[in-house]
Amino acid sequence: MELSPDETIFWADGFITINLTLVTTWVLMGILVIVSLLITRRLRTDLQISRWQCTLEMLVTGMNRQIKEIGLEQPERYIGFIGTMFLFIAFANLCIVFPGYVPPTSSLSTTAALALSVFLAVPLFGIAENGFLGYLKTYVKPTFIMLPFNIISELSRTLALAVRLFGNIMSGGLIVSILLSIAPLFFPVLMTVLGLITGLIQAYIFSILATVYIAAATQESKLKNVKQ
Amino acid sequence: MDNATIIAMVSIITAGLTTGIGCMIPALGQGKSIATALSSMAQQPDESQTITRTLFVGLAMLESLAIYCFVISMILIFANPFWSHFIAK
Repeated sequence: MELSPDETIFWADGFITINLTLVTTWVLMGILVIVSLLITRRLRTDLQISRWQCTLEMLVTGMNRQIKEIGLEQPERYIGFIGTMFLFIAFANLCIVFPGYVPPTSSLSTTAALALSVFLAVPLFGIAENGFLGYLKTYVKPTFIMLPFNIISELSRTLALAVRLFGNIMSGGLIVSILLSIAPLFFPVLMTVLGLITGLIQAYIFSILATVYIAAATQESKLKNVKQ
Repeated sequence: MDNATIIAMVSIITAGLTTGIGCMIPALGQGKSIATALSSMAQQPDESQTITRTLFVGLAMLESLAIYCFVISMILIFANPFWSHFIAK
């Protein structure tokens, strides 16, 4: 039984290995980029816009509203990162409706890469907002005693982000493949439908948690404004 | 009983226990949170959208606790490091 798409290797040469995860990731990225380019080539502002433009506008305004609700006042600055994350994970998880497709998020390397980019983006956004010292100050809040705990939580939440997404998607695929050998007719279909819900919710949670972490790192300057 | 048998036996028993206990306790928490969400939705039907959204996020967070246990039992069965170390020797 194959636990992850990492084990299907197409080409390997020394350090470089091209496996199913990489191929699927690049195909998904290509589809997302090409479709977005095709749609945004003819943007219009008059009364009658195309259906696809309407879809994209709904997505972008919806994500902006969600980011704003969490407490980031300028969602345009963050949607590039958070929105891309959400769209990629959601698209990768929803494609399980196609037979023979193995989601790249069921491999720990993909989810670890996504979690690492959140781990790097949080200090970057924090420094851009508050300056270097202002960001470092968030580590000694509320008191100096909390410094080691803040550092530990920074690391452990990255691990939790990676394992949460990986475990949910991997277990969905594994349960379907186990059920196929026990009750091959109806039950796997139901579990795949459940997997669609789980995949979408996990994409939502991943991006919501990334937003919450970024908001926590950037809130320093906002508090100052409130005091003034 | 040689060492390989002992490792296999302990791994399988532990994997079963991990998933068993690790599903039971998050299930209690999930049941509690769903019950609370339902009663608060019955009291304030206007807020049901916000409650449902928060409930789903919370449920998925609780669910991932059970999933962590599941991942560990999968590792114990399919990718046991002690087992592979012993077989390689």
